[in-house]
Parts: sequence; C-alpha cells; structure tokens
Amino acid sequence: MLNRFNLKAWLLLLPALSFLIAFTHWPTLKSIWRSFTWARSDVAPSQFVGFENYQLLLEDPVFWKVFENNFWYAVGTVPTSIALAIMMALWVNSKIRGTSLLRLAFFTPTILPMITVANIWLFFYSPQIGLFNQLLALVGIEGPNWLGDPDLALSSLMVMTVWKEAGFFMIFYLAALQTLSPELYAAAKLEGASAWRIFRKITFPLLMPTTLFVLINAILNAFKLVDHLFILTKGGPNNESNLLLYYIYETAFSFLDSYYAATLTVVMLATLAVIALVQMLLLDRKIHYR
Amino acid sequence: MLKVDGISRSYGDLKVVDQLSFTVNEGEFVALLGPSGCGKSTSLKMIAGLEVPDEGSIHLDGRDITQLSPGDRKLAMVFQSYALFPHLKVEENILFGLQARKVPKNEQKKRLDSVVELVGLGDHLQKKPGQLSGGQCQRVALARAIVAQAKLCLMDEPLSNLDAKLRNEMRTEIRALQQRLGMSVIYVTHDQVEAMSMADRIVLMNDGKVEQVDVPEALYSKPKTIFTAQFIGSPPMNIIGSGEDCRGIRPEHIEISEHGMPASVVSCDYHGADTIVLADVSAMGEDQKLIKIRYPGHAMFAPQQRLAVRWAPENEHTFLI
Repeated sequence: MLNRFNLKAWLLLLPALSFLIAFTHWPTLKSIWRSFTWARSDVAPSQFVGFENYQLLLEDPVFWKVFENNFWYAVGTVPTSIALAIMMALWVNSKIRGTSLLRLAFFTPTILPMITVANIWLFFYSPQIGLFNQLLALVGIEGPNWLGDPDLALSSLMVMTVWKEAGFFMIFYLAALQTLSPELYAAAKLEGASAWRIFRKITFPLLMPTTLFVLINAILNAFKLVDHLFILTKGGPNNESNLLLYYIYETAFSFLDSYYAATLTVVMLATLAVIALVQMLLLDRKIHYR
Repeated sequence: MLKVDGISRSYGDLKVVDQLSFTVNEGEFVALLGPSGCGKSTSLKMIAGLEVPDEGSIHLDGRDITQLSPGDRKLAMVFQSYALFPHLKVEENILFGLQARKVPKNEQKKRLDSVVELVGLGDHLQKKPGQLSGGQCQRVALARAIVAQAKLCLMDEPLSNLDAKLRNEMRTEIRALQQRLGMSVIYVTHDQVEAMSMADRIVLMNDGKVEQVDVPEALYSKPKTIFTAQFIGSPPMNIIGSGEDCRGIRPEHIEISEHGMPASVVSCDYHGADTIVLADVSAMGEDQKLIKIRYPGHAMFAPQQRLAVRWAPENEHTFLI
C-alpha cells in the first residue's frame, strides 16, 4: 500500500537507500552472479559456468594459504588488541594526573591513516637502518629482516596492527567504563574484594556489551584492513604475509581475473557473515544489557 | 566502640568537614543529620575509608583505622543508590562480600538463609536487581550489609529513593532489625523525622561542624544553638528578638487566647490534624515580625483578624551566642 505517509517515508529513505543499493547491495549481487560466470577475455561474452570457479578455488593453494594467514592474523591481533584496549582504558580511567595526555597518546595511532602508519613502521622494520635493528645493535644483537623473513613477516604485520587498533578500541571501553557507577566500586571495595576480583566479577561482565561490539569490529577489521600490505610486504615473501582481501585485489587488478576475484569475495563475505552471526547468537544470551 | 576524633576534609579551599568528633557505642544507632552540603556524607565516606581525612583520627575498637583501606575495616555499608551489582542475581549480590572474604560455603549458606528470612526476600533470590522494585532493592542492599556481620554498619540516606509510604515502613523495619540484631549503625540523613524517630543519638551537623550531639528529645527540647532550634521541629522554632535578647518559642507552644501579646493573622495553612497560623506580631515592637503558631484542629482565621497569643515561660528558649 503506497499511501501518502508511506510515500513520504520512502522519499526520505531514498538518498541513503540509493547509495546503499548502488555501492553495497547491487555490487554484492553482481559479485555473486559473476562468481558463477567466466569469459575467455575482456571482450568475449561471459558465460554461466556453475560452480566451476568454486571448484578452482578449492584447488587453489594460494587461496588456502591466504585464508590460513588471515585466520592466524585474526587470532593474533583480535584478542591482543582487545586485552590491551581494556588495560589502557582502565589505566586512563583512573584518577591520576595527565590522563588526558595519555588518552591522546593512546588514540594517536587511530587518527593516523593506515598508509602513514605503514610508512612509519616500514622505517621501524628496515633491516639495516630500521629503528628496531638499530636498538638491537646497541645491545649487540643482529636483528632479522623483519618483513623479508617468511617466518616473521606476518607476525611483524600483526604487531603493527595491534598498535594501530588497540587505541581505537580503548575509546569504546573508556566510554563504557565512565557509565559504571563509582558507588558499585565503593561497595565492592568495602566488601573486601581485591582489585583483580573487582575486575573479574564486576568490571569485565559489565563491559561485555562493549566487548561484543568491539569483537565483531575487530574481526571484520582483521579481514578488511589491508592498506599496510601495499607499503610493507605486498603479501610477500611468497604469500607468507598475504591476506584474503589483498589477494582479491591482486586477482582482480593485477591478474585481471574479475570472475575469480568475485568468487573469492563471495567466500569472504560468507565467512564474515557466519562469524558475526555465531558471535551474536553465542554471546548475546550471556551478556547483561542495562 | 567507634571514636571519631577531630577529622577534617577540604576540597581545594572549601572545608567540607571541620574538626568533626563523635563516638558510637556498641549497639547504638547514631544519626548524622544536617542540611545537604553540610559534610555528613563526606564524614561517612571517611569512616568507610573511601575518603582520607586531612587531619584527625578514627578508632574502631581501640584500633586506629584512619589510614586503613575500606576492605580492611570490615564495615558494612548501604548506599543511597543501593549500589547493587546489576549483572548478578540477588543471591550473588548478598554473598559477594562473603565470597570475597573466603567465608566457608556452608557458613555462607547458613547466613544467607537467616538474612533472607530476616528481610523477606525468599522468592527473589534468583532474580536480577533490574527485575525488583525500589523497596525490594533496598532490602537486598540491607541483606548484603547484615550478612557481613560487620561491627559497624554505615547507611547513607538509604531511604531517600523510596516513596513516602514505603519510607515510613522501611524506617520502622530498619530500626526493628537494628535492635533485634544489636547492630551499631551510623545513619546519614537530611530528614529530621528519620533521625528523630530512629536514632538513639543524633549528631547534628552544619557547615562541616558539629552543631549539637544529643538524644532526640534533648535536641528538640534543649537546643543549644539557633541553628539546632530552627532545624529540628516543623515548622521551625520562632525566634523573637535579636542579640542578647534573642528568645525562641516553638509554634506548638504558642496558645491563642484572650489575653497576651497582640497579633494579627496573615494566613492560615490547614494540615488536617492542626492548622499553622502565620501571624504578625510587629505591633509589639519586635524585630522579627512574623511567627508561626500550631493551632490544634481546623481553624480558619480571616486575614487581618486580631488575636492575642501567649506561652508558658518554661517553654521559652534562650541560646548561647
């Protein structure tokens, strides 16, 4: 029924909706369709190939490599940055002098664009002139080639990501901490609870809604943030530090295989959707919302 | 049992508590009474260990606890906001302190059962505070304080978030519980009715200082200062005259009769059991022109009506200035 009220509502929704459809929903549908097609060349008409692209994907060792990399990348960065974020938030929430400076310091990595951050860390990680290796040289240790060593490249990326992300998540935790009543803490202290017990029994459970929000965002970011790969490793050496989204970019714009790139995109979207769903279903029941 | 000796606390230039001293005896219910901003809550926080006094000392059972952390003082406290943990069940809220202090499980169970019986929370143990009414939350907070079996229980305006009817009920109930368990209580309130009806002794505070420490009857019948005289009693005591010649007389002690001081009615305020008559006595040449008279029953005097008022000389108060 398109009565006057409905029409008005649709008109108001139109600007946002048209952007969402044009740049999110339509491309998503297009990608899903494209993942079932293939063409010999750019000029040849594409034809429906069923699950052939997915068959290809299952047999593609690089896909499995980047998928595994991305898994470890998420496992390595998400819990660490969340734990750091909570610690930093607790610290800057306490009544000590200079907390606003500390807050700013912790938040700075978030303000900087990822490309800038990557360039700074490129200098940190450089084999001879890099900050880390110069510091190591002072104590007589010859530092490794952080980004060139297959065993270290991905871990080096993780360290940088944690540095970048923790400050951002800290802001959410800080906001949540400030809504908690000081009387709750006064009561807990009077009851003789230790600082650790107060954190475990009161602060952490009351922060759970924030943790769920941050967790979903952190995992999405682990798949979404690949800007630094362009500067630091370009996925190398030998795909050791390559991540799913960067591989999709390479497939589409370096190898110019938009059909296979679409297939990879669909797999990534499905993975993220499943993760978000599982998190919400599992954690939602256990969380106390006020 | 508790001895507070000359404690002070300033925030910047503002002296919130100034040389406060009083004692609490075993099993005694002491009210810290005063207008808002008089420093009574800050005083309670210093006793609890949530604030540190700038000077003075606090002794509990002869032990100096001035610098001790809140947990080491082994006191219980009921907060104005109840301060219940919103994510924990009622049962877990009550047992929080016992678990923190590693009281054995069977002892916890025993104490929980008896305290739940005392405050009547039997059906609500598995609920969360959000599912309870204000009065029930108050009971949980009380239970949490009682279960600790602390030497001294601090209460910070525990009834001010309840409606008038519930407040009256809880007042009697808290007093009965306190007497039954022989608890020592410091009870902060700005409500003189609460203090007068519940406390064994009242510490009346004004502007960070102790105004008078006395039993309720003495605070009413023998106020030492004009502040006490005007803070206790409703409507407040009439103050007639000024300087050395300053005298006080309670509205309920003024009688409207045929002979006496001439007064003219300004307005009447009917309260049900009695009527508060506002009268002008400036004809006597007094500085204070208006007085309030508590007249039993319903009496509607017309404005400007001429009256004569008098009172028994023994009901007249004088103050040390």
